[in-house]
Amino acid sequence: MSLSLLQLKYKLDGCIYSSREDAIMTLSNTPATALPPLVSLALRPLPLYPFQLFLSAVLRRIVQQHPRMFERLGSYAGKRYGLAPSDLPFAFVLDTAPQAARLTVVRSLPLRLDARISGPLQILLGMVNGSYDGDALFFSRAIVVEGDMEAVLALRNAVDDAGVDVLQEGASLLGPPGRFCEALLREYFGGEQKKGLSSVSRRQGETSWN
Amino acid sequence: MELICPAGTPASLRTAVDAGADAIYCGFRNETNARNFPGLNFSPEELTEGVQYAHFRGAKVLVAINTFPRAGALELWHKAVDDAVAAGADALILCDIGLMAYAAEHYPGTRLHVSVQAAAANPDAICFYVERFNAKRVVLPRVLSIPEIAAITRASACEVEVFVFGGLCVMAEGRCSLSSYATGLSPNMNGVCSPASHVSYENAGGTVVSRLGDFTINKFGSGEPAAYPTLCKGRFQTEVSTGYIFEDPVSLDAATLLPGLRDAGVTALKIEGRQRSRAYIENVVRSFREALSAMEQGRAVPAGMLLAMSEGQSNTLGAYRKTWR
Repeated sequence: MSLSLLQLKYKLDGCIYSSREDAIMTLSNTPATALPPLVSLALRPLPLYPFQLFLSAVLRRIVQQHPRMFERLGSYAGKRYGLAPSDLPFAFVLDTAPQAARLTVVRSLPLRLDARISGPLQILLGMVNGSYDGDALFFSRAIVVEGDMEAVLALRNAVDDAGVDVLQEGASLLGPPGRFCEALLREYFGGEQKKGLSSVSRRQGETSWN
Repeated sequence: MELICPAGTPASLRTAVDAGADAIYCGFRNETNARNFPGLNFSPEELTEGVQYAHFRGAKVLVAINTFPRAGALELWHKAVDDAVAAGADALILCDIGLMAYAAEHYPGTRLHVSVQAAAANPDAICFYVERFNAKRVVLPRVLSIPEIAAITRASACEVEVFVFGGLCVMAEGRCSLSSYATGLSPNMNGVCSPASHVSYENAGGTVVSRLGDFTINKFGSGEPAAYPTLCKGRFQTEVSTGYIFEDPVSLDAATLLPGLRDAGVTALKIEGRQRSRAYIENVVRSFREALSAMEQGRAVPAGMLLAMSEGQSNTLGAYRKTWR
């Protein structure tokens, strides 16, 4: 087999993942993967401003398409979250202020945040689109959560209900090049970012009630 | 046996239905249910939509109103009953006898289930709910062995539902005061056990220290599976030893006991986890649907399929085998 993206998969190890790597599985039962360190190195010198413009457009689109997500945050709307992909050279600050939500890219997270969530990019994206269970990731030590746990739960539950596919939302803004990048990332991540839950039939003839 | 699955959000409800649940249980976004967590649960409108989605696909929706009403605030619990009936719920899961009386009197045609929070663990107690409120089903507490369950089903004039997977309460539910002791809030009155408002995690050098209020509950070394900071599953230092005093941080997984539960006369199997994500619900519901198919076809039920979803990444048969007593 010639060199493919799948062969470039970098298995996670070290402080984030335990030796029980097999326990960190996606719905499709494939192990989670981190971006290669080379990617992080290549991204490090890039200016953040163009990325910031793109992120702002992605968030506007998400807010527009998933208005119930912010309703579900309830009294926690307004909290500030730090999201730190451990395999990228930058992080994100999500400000959930009603009517003024912002997603900002930063070199490192500021101190004044209500909560912080860190883990590999694939896992953070997978939590957002519903591929991963946040509690299971916490049990396996795949993610680290700190700060206001009520705020973390509110965000997790609101996002899980909305089922936001960040890759798809971002790609749709960039046209064909975006879709190419989306396909590239999905192949690298092993396909588990693709959602497609098929229905299972219930048994027929169960006891009727009342 | 029916498969009863949790849903904390409308999306979770749809996931559970699509994954093969026979019935979904859920609650309102307030203290009337025992999973009153931030960002979780249903508005009356969302419940109505969820019931329609489930009914169209042949599944039922059960509404848990399973905390104990506060004196002077009965209206909130009464409104929850009214709203659930109006939404078309197939059954109400209740624990408080006053609320059962309200539901039985105002909605005699609505099916009532006795919540695990009622801690009805013997035929006499169950018989009271059946005779007085016409309860159709009891959800048994997780403190009974399979022979004890069989004895209850033989002597009870209602259906029996038991937990088969998920977070494991080792105390008599509805009567546990550990969370109240540590935080002032309890699942019984406020719908929250070890509430997130009192939880903190301190990460340092790969070690995580979990706290609940003023109590240090556990310290997880680098790479060691973590768990929720509940007092009943904490690791404590005593004069005798250091370790888990009540129970290890593990989840119940009774998949391998399905034939025994069927033979004991159990009607319905309940999966815990309304606070969990769609991914958990999809995985667990599908796994148990497959386990039930395997049992019906006389094949062996696979074990340990859901370790990654379990607290502490470990499973137990809990009181069904009672090896911990």
